[in-house]
Amino acid sequence: MEAFLSSLVSVAFHGLAYGMILYVISVGLAVTMGLMGFANLAHGVFAMAGGYILTSSLQHTSIPFPAALALAFFAVAAGSVVLERTLYARLYGAGELEQVLFTIGLIFMAVAVARLIFGTLQAPVMLPDYIRGQYPLFGREFPTYRVFLIAVSGAMIAALWFGVERTRWGAMVRAAVDNRPMAQSVGINTRRLFTLTFALGSGLAGLGGALGAEIVAVQPTYPLEQLVFYLIVVAVGGQGSLRGPLVAALLIGFSDTALKYWLPQFGAFFIYVATIALLLWRPMGLFGRRV
Amino acid sequence: MNAILETRALCKSFGALVVADNVEFRLAPGARHALIGPNGAGKTTLLNLITGRIEPTSGEILLGGEPITGLRPAARVKRGLGRTFQINTLFRQLPVIDNVALAIAERDGVAGGMFRPASRQRAVIEEALALLATLGLADDARARVADLPYGKQRLVEIAIALGLKPKVLLLDEPAAGVPSLESHRILEVLDGLPRDIAILIIEHDMDLVFRFAQRITVLSQGAVLTEGTPAEIGANEAVRQVYLGERHG
Amino acid sequence: MSALPPAAAGSAAHTGGYVADPRIRWQEWLPWVLAVAAFFGAPDYLSLGARILIFILFALSLDLILGYAGIITLGHSAFFGVGAYVAGILGAKLGVTDPLVQLAAAAAAAGVLGVVTGAIILRTTGLTLLMLTLAITLVFLEIANKATSITGGADGLAGVVVAPVLGLFRFDLYGKTAYLYSLAVLFVGWWLVRRLIYSPFGASLTGIRENAVRMHAVGAPVYARMVAVYAISATLAGIAGALLTQTHQFVGLNVLGLEPSGELLIMLILGGVGRIYGAFVGPFVYLIAQDYLAKQFPEYWYFGIGLILVLVVLFARGGILGIVDAALARLRRPSA
Repeated sequence: MEAFLSSLVSVAFHGLAYGMILYVISVGLAVTMGLMGFANLAHGVFAMAGGYILTSSLQHTSIPFPAALALAFFAVAAGSVVLERTLYARLYGAGELEQVLFTIGLIFMAVAVARLIFGTLQAPVMLPDYIRGQYPLFGREFPTYRVFLIAVSGAMIAALWFGVERTRWGAMVRAAVDNRPMAQSVGINTRRLFTLTFALGSGLAGLGGALGAEIVAVQPTYPLEQLVFYLIVVAVGGQGSLRGPLVAALLIGFSDTALKYWLPQFGAFFIYVATIALLLWRPMGLFGRRV
Repeated sequence: MNAILETRALCKSFGALVVADNVEFRLAPGARHALIGPNGAGKTTLLNLITGRIEPTSGEILLGGEPITGLRPAARVKRGLGRTFQINTLFRQLPVIDNVALAIAERDGVAGGMFRPASRQRAVIEEALALLATLGLADDARARVADLPYGKQRLVEIAIALGLKPKVLLLDEPAAGVPSLESHRILEVLDGLPRDIAILIIEHDMDLVFRFAQRITVLSQGAVLTEGTPAEIGANEAVRQVYLGERHG
Repeated sequence: MSALPPAAAGSAAHTGGYVADPRIRWQEWLPWVLAVAAFFGAPDYLSLGARILIFILFALSLDLILGYAGIITLGHSAFFGVGAYVAGILGAKLGVTDPLVQLAAAAAAAGVLGVVTGAIILRTTGLTLLMLTLAITLVFLEIANKATSITGGADGLAGVVVAPVLGLFRFDLYGKTAYLYSLAVLFVGWWLVRRLIYSPFGASLTGIRENAVRMHAVGAPVYARMVAVYAISATLAGIAGALLTQTHQFVGLNVLGLEPSGELLIMLILGGVGRIYGAFVGPFVYLIAQDYLAKQFPEYWYFGIGLILVLVVLFARGGILGIVDAALARLRRPSA
């Protein structure tokens, strides 16, 4: 019993860490889906880019870990603005099929570029000493890195929610998600709003990819392999919602960790089956707003 | 005479907002009937209630004397309730004739056939061509809908509805968006529709309403304000108030 | 649903409908002439040839739901893979070696799966539908990966025994039988798909793609039609999967999951969507290019197909056949 409780705590802790990373990465996709109706399957490319920025900064330069994290956020956000302005914006009015194909094309290109630059092996994460080892908490030892990760993700999530609920930008995003023509008619510059929001969402994905580099291995096929989890988070959580994807990401985090721990022979089978069942029950997701 | 379409004490509310208030409406067989009222009077709501796009809070709808209140939209179509849409909902990339033939084939029950080529469905195609001819669209049969001028697209909208051989045809602003030069074409087409179809039209163009309709029902705030001949409605003080109120408010 | 513009009427595209001439045009015999000529003229490439024929059938099945009915899927590999594994398990584990029996069993399994999953997922749209199609193929990938005693897991299932076709034609080392057998099956599949597209049912599918709301309004059983075409498409995909197993006497995990679905989408888009022969041209060009390039330059290969996909979406939405159409139209009317 003691051992079971101990492993339960451990699973919950690791699940929480994974779930929060998943949320930080996917929330941008949830918002861009809700705001622009854009099915960006290439969202994982931003997370992978963040991961590579962090791992190569730590490996090849002497910049400190927090600076590398910040770099992952800002560089990915800036890069995504270029992509958004030059390519994505052309397809805002296009059909879903075009968006899907276009972003699959981007994934393939990104996979190829990553393989050319970084090879096929998983990128090593050279963490600084102060976040290695164990951290005592509530009379137990927890991996310091994951404690750090949960804390940073939590802070990012809090800042994001505060931003959406309390700032002018957030008010505009909420208005545009609810009713885009109305938002435009009251003078919101939706084009700039899209760009800004897209950059923020991509930046967060980059940060999430960097933060989670220890948990989700950074390697070239990352955007393909992780895609299904982002889609689950957004579809199950509900597009255009902030809370829903968090619940969905944490559910995946906990169940994936638990299944890997107790039922490794089934892989992700139960997650997919549960997702299918859940979406049959609620096609718009847990917190979905409208069709 | 028995009404072909009838609503009894039809109510619909969204929370505290009442959009259909005890509507009692009767459409006679072969009628040329218009539904008018200021914006927000509940005209489209009533249409959506009748066609089954939204469900009433209470009340009953009868088609040919039989209740259809709980039926799904498609089932109402099968029973002879046709409609056109305020905004064109066409198969834009398909030829005009396919727009109509799709409807006719559904009505005839041949649309699910998987083996015989569609172009061998002579009966469907001839009926579609004849129908297009009566609407003055014969020369456009093979044109893509998206390539037609807007006025003609409105006629295709009507053609699809007629392809279902409705007993009752609900026309939701058939002339909406049509340049006034072309709107006389719409009126000609409406005048030429078979007399055995009962027609209910929603229209803002009062010229068109008064020239087409034999009876007019006025809605205001979800309720029937009055009903009468065009002459009666034109002389009705309450109706004028409602419309004046809109102009000033 | 789909916004790729279908090809203009009168072009080489086969849009079906009530005024389309369903007779087979002379150009439509070209692929078959070419296929037979390749059998005699390029005997060293018959295994690649069989692979192309199989993927044409697979792409044709996708064109039916994507190009005509407008259903976007990331999970069409589920049916391909299930067909492949059904044939493989029958031949390697259960001693059912007759190729046509294997084919029929694979078709039935994929068809039933198509009905069941179609009935479940086709009530949803957009991202949810995409997600569900992907989840379903991943479920089967997990099963194939973990149920090693039946499927061979990551090592794949080798030693699939396939008896001679009709008891007469053995699968030979040079792939002659495999090629002709695949060609014959593809021919039957093509003929059925073509009939279907020119039928009233096919016309109603384009109606659903163009405007599902209006199809409801004219009283069409939209959902039932979509499930029906989904199941038909699944059946064809299952047959294609079984062919792949039979011609390789092996089945591996690469028939399931996102990658084969994505590759298939790319092949079809490359050839041209919603026009039957796009499903011929796409796999032909893609698989030959892959055969030459992918092994030598894997990075550039992936980059290239990604880039082509992006360019097709941005500039050439009709794919290769769309470009051919446009060029021919310009030739015919030089003044325009």
